Amino acid sequence: MTMQRKRKIESFVALSLSTIAALFGLFWLVFILGDVLVEGIEALSPALFLNDPAPPGMAGGGLRNAFVGQLMITFFATLIGVPVGVLGGTFLAEYARGRKIARMISILSDIMVSVPSIVIGTFIYAILVKPVGHFNGWAGAVALAIIMIPVVLRTTEDMLSLVPWTLREAAFALGAPYYKVIIQVVYRGAAAGILTGILLSIARVAGETAPLLFTSFNNSYFSMNMNEPIASLTVSIFQYAMGPYDTWHAQAWAASLMITLFILMLTILGRVIIRWRYGKR
Amino acid sequence: MPVLFKKNPVDIVFSVITAAASVSVLVFIVGILYVLFAESSPAIEKFGVVRFLTSTDWDPVRESFGAATSLYGTAVATAISLLIAIPVAIGIAVFITEIAPDFLKTPIGVAIELLAAIPSIIYGMWGLFTLAPIMADYIEPALQATLGRVPGLGILFEGTPMGIDLLTAGIILSIMIIPFTASISRDAFNLTPEVVKESAYALGATKWEVVKNVVIPYSKLGVFGGIVLSLGRALGETMAVAFVLGNNHQITSSILDAAATITVTLANEFTEADTDVYLASLFYLALILFVLSFVTLAVAKFFLLRAEQRTSR
Repeated sequence: MTMQRKRKIESFVALSLSTIAALFGLFWLVFILGDVLVEGIEALSPALFLNDPAPPGMAGGGLRNAFVGQLMITFFATLIGVPVGVLGGTFLAEYARGRKIARMISILSDIMVSVPSIVIGTFIYAILVKPVGHFNGWAGAVALAIIMIPVVLRTTEDMLSLVPWTLREAAFALGAPYYKVIIQVVYRGAAAGILTGILLSIARVAGETAPLLFTSFNNSYFSMNMNEPIASLTVSIFQYAMGPYDTWHAQAWAASLMITLFILMLTILGRVIIRWRYGKR
Repeated sequence: MPVLFKKNPVDIVFSVITAAASVSVLVFIVGILYVLFAESSPAIEKFGVVRFLTSTDWDPVRESFGAATSLYGTAVATAISLLIAIPVAIGIAVFITEIAPDFLKTPIGVAIELLAAIPSIIYGMWGLFTLAPIMADYIEPALQATLGRVPGLGILFEGTPMGIDLLTAGIILSIMIIPFTASISRDAFNLTPEVVKESAYALGATKWEVVKNVVIPYSKLGVFGGIVLSLGRALGETMAVAFVLGNNHQITSSILDAAATITVTLANEFTEADTDVYLASLFYLALILFVLSFVTLAVAKFFLLRAEQRTSR
């Protein structure tokens, strides 16, 4: 009897600890999101979106340059990263399906997804900043694209593999060449999944700071020239938060709020699409 | 399959284009290794490998550099983060798979995964403005008053608590990696066949005994893979720690001291490096970090693949 009691108590204690662990995890989520929300909303103002930075310490500045710069860098990163990723994933799931090379690239991509992004920043610095002689927006976009490619590539591969092989055989039987089967049958079947992969990869790079520090750098003036240093929200947050001025800190909170909302929206949208297309997961 | 596309010239072109796109990943890996190696060669020539790894010097004025301080900071911050993250993440996974009622499973899983979507710079800034003051005012003095008094443990908690230190950085890192570890552990737990669990219940096992003696042994490869993956992530995390570590090149016994990790050193000093040797040394650090995290992640992937194979058999 006592033995049984002991085991029950032990079980109860262990399960309570797990519950506390889950609450602990949720606690941080609420704490961080709540803090960003409260501090961010307090600092939000039209000036943030409409004005360029004021001289350090002066009130009234905004981050218009950083919003535009962030959009441009992310846009061009997507423009480079998505086609390469989707095509690469197509090769793995279609032409090289079941081959050793496909398996190897797939595993290496998984590893690349988690490789420190700051290392990619140093790599791009060496090949796109040092030879040119100055920081530039293109370097930032390429750095982000390199982070995106493995993400898009892996999701594309997975999503294409979910399309039943019999569907392709049906198309082959009609005499369609493989490229037509891929574009008109397989891509259509996997469109929602590929789109989700793209959304999640944008969410992934939109918050990246480390690879931009020594590629696109920063620019306190409004600039849309990708050949010059260009401001980004994340690098501005880093600079402003580490700076000594309260107005800077407030703007950093507001910028953090905008970035967090953008990324959480993309992440949730991606989940909604997956659930709508592939049922409950 | 190959026979199919050889018939059509467009297929040959399309397959070559897609092949080139997928090989880009290989090109990046080889390119990163080659470029970082080439860029750091002045430092490799000047300091060698062993001397660089063991030297605690980081002196831009005398142009004498070593990786020991950065490696030490990386190791300690990562160790603290894993120490906190592993039990919490496994607890979360147990809660989601075994305890939570069905209607709570998905929302809690999603919420934990949203933690993973928050960009690291937000964690960093939050750490600087919110967590660091709390650490300095309440938690660290409390630690000094309790654990700090324990003979032997005291050296871990010396110094004035400022909140900008290894402990704060480790805590922020742990919050960042908990979601990864938790969601991989959850997936691994879920692979345990219901029948096996039910047979244990039928023998009169309590829920915890089922988790401890059936679920965890069954899924240990996957859980271990998840932990190593988190380790790989924590090694290379930059922005979350850059705000709260102080970039102070020293080896200190106290976790309440400022320190530097490889990533923090790179983030703070890369654009300021004014001499060739300085810049080359930073590239050298980047190379070490790349190799270190690549190997760690490869090991993680190996275990996760093994776990996958085992269950699919």
